[in-house]
Amino acid sequence: MTEYTEHLMINTPRRDAADKFRYVWLIIVPLLAIISQVYIPRFFSFLAYLELPLLVTIHFALSRGAPIPALLYGMCIGLAQDSLSHQPIGMFGIVKTLVGYFAATVSLRFEVENPVVTFILSFFFYFFHQFLYWVLTRALLGESVGFDAQQTLMFGLLNAAVALPLFRVLDKLKVAQ
Amino acid sequence: MDFFLSRYRNLTVLLIVIAAQLLLIAYQVKSNKDVPMIRVWAVTAVTPAEQMLEIVRHYTWGFVEDYFVLLGVRSENDKLKHENGELKIQNNYLKSELSTADRAQALSVFQAHSPSTTVAARVIGNGTGANSKVVFVDRGSASGVENGMAVVTPDGIVGKVVDAYLTSSLVMLITDPTFAAGVVSQKNHVHGTLKGQGHSECLVDYVQNEEPVDVGEWFYTSGDDRIFPKGFPVGQVRAARNGKTFKEIYVAPSGMQGGVEEVLIVVQGVHQEIPEGQIASPGYKLLSPPVDTAADAQPASAAPPTLATDADRLRQMYKQAGEEQKHTFGEGIPGSKPPDFTKIPGIRAAVPAGNPTAPTSTAPAQPAAAPNASPKPPGPTQANAAPATTAKPKPAPSAASPIGDTGESGPPKSAAPAAPAQSSPAPTPPNQ
Repeated sequence: MTEYTEHLMINTPRRDAADKFRYVWLIIVPLLAIISQVYIPRFFSFLAYLELPLLVTIHFALSRGAPIPALLYGMCIGLAQDSLSHQPIGMFGIVKTLVGYFAATVSLRFEVENPVVTFILSFFFYFFHQFLYWVLTRALLGESVGFDAQQTLMFGLLNAAVALPLFRVLDKLKVAQ
Repeated sequence: MDFFLSRYRNLTVLLIVIAAQLLLIAYQVKSNKDVPMIRVWAVTAVTPAEQMLEIVRHYTWGFVEDYFVLLGVRSENDKLKHENGELKIQNNYLKSELSTADRAQALSVFQAHSPSTTVAARVIGNGTGANSKVVFVDRGSASGVENGMAVVTPDGIVGKVVDAYLTSSLVMLITDPTFAAGVVSQKNHVHGTLKGQGHSECLVDYVQNEEPVDVGEWFYTSGDDRIFPKGFPVGQVRAARNGKTFKEIYVAPSGMQGGVEEVLIVVQGVHQEIPEGQIASPGYKLLSPPVDTAADAQPASAAPPTLATDADRLRQMYKQAGEEQKHTFGEGIPGSKPPDFTKIPGIRAAVPAGNPTAPTSTAPAQPAAAPNASPKPPGPTQANAAPATTAKPKPAPSAASPIGDTGESGPPKSAAPAAPAQSSPAPTPPNQ
């Protein structure tokens, strides 16, 4: 194991227990993310690829490093997304629950403050999110929807690129206790 | 047990949460019921914010837009000059029609003239989901909107209400992959099922390969689905080809051209007749078809045409013989008595009375045997054999003769039905 990889494995300030969100931001931030997702693409259709609720879930999970709050937070965001779609409630809920859980678990092992790690994790979890949603749609609902892997990979890169500045902004909302 | 729960607490909670949501999905799918409480909470939290944003955007975007227009005014000016020339030409044609082109006005006009009772609504947001095509509109159950109501524009159908809340409704667009509606084609009244594809075009499914559907043909709602009243335009066929079991017909939805902003929700639908031979969009006006001057300019001259080839001369001989015997070629059922070809002057002179099968001249004798074998008129065959010569000669005095029609101006049986079809308004709009 090299010095650099060792550096990536140590504890990180982002998941420091001293850094907490104000509770009001825990509600406002995902609400803004969901509103942005349903409102902005009306005028800028090219921004429809942005999965801001997912990025908020990932950020929360990486920041807290606690799987149970992370999976509950992801579940709430996912259920809110489900409520605004015409799919049965629980599809996004399951997917974001798993994303929150795995992201929090991963954050215990990696230096998630590192931009490279953040980029890779955001990309990976976006692809995981989209793929799992597609699997659930086919398996649970029996809908024969297609999965464009190439497009998903490209959108994953774009979301990961957006995640870097977004996480910086969200880090500013944390308060030191 | 306690050790297990404390050791694997995270995993246990995860499994419980996942299982709970799976049960929730299973309940919804199995019972085909929704969980309105969660949806109402989320929609109540989100749609007021969306409405506020929409109001703010409506009143502030104009100023911002003006600012950005001023920034790029020079390049924009050149571009607009170029467009202005094109628009002037279009403007002359569309001047009268554009008086109702404003969307709100068009909606009110349509609302006033439509027999169905409708409620005007504005789109305030999109739905979530990777493949779903749903939008929120600012009318809900307080305005009389209910689940399953049709959503239309003057240009065509847009979707249907899938969830009606107090002040807003969720509308599934016709491009959604799970959307379906009964449709019927305008020209041949072919019934099918419109299905969304997740992109700009829709598929008309369950149409047999034998059913005739043309590109450019309009589809209308058939009313079979009990959601959309019959007679609303759906869209125009962009592609139609035979599939494995059913035809693959792709339709460009006419109600969603240029995006969806204002819509009408059909509160009480009234079935309408599908317009016959008219274009679906009321915003276009078709000119009458051009007169075929070439066909009208043919003089009804009694003078025989110039016979350039042997085939022409032979044909003329048969024709005269048929007229003398009061026989019209092309009529009569197979097996009926043919004319007496031995009375044709050229044949009679060439064949000896005692030996009709031994002609002295081979040229007339060869065609003399042909009509016995095939009494059908040789019109199309001759026209194909000598196209250069059959184009010029004028038809014989008896214009009603099928031989003359067939030989002189191509296949008349296909041309004859085409004439009334052209005289009626074409089923496609002028931009086709």
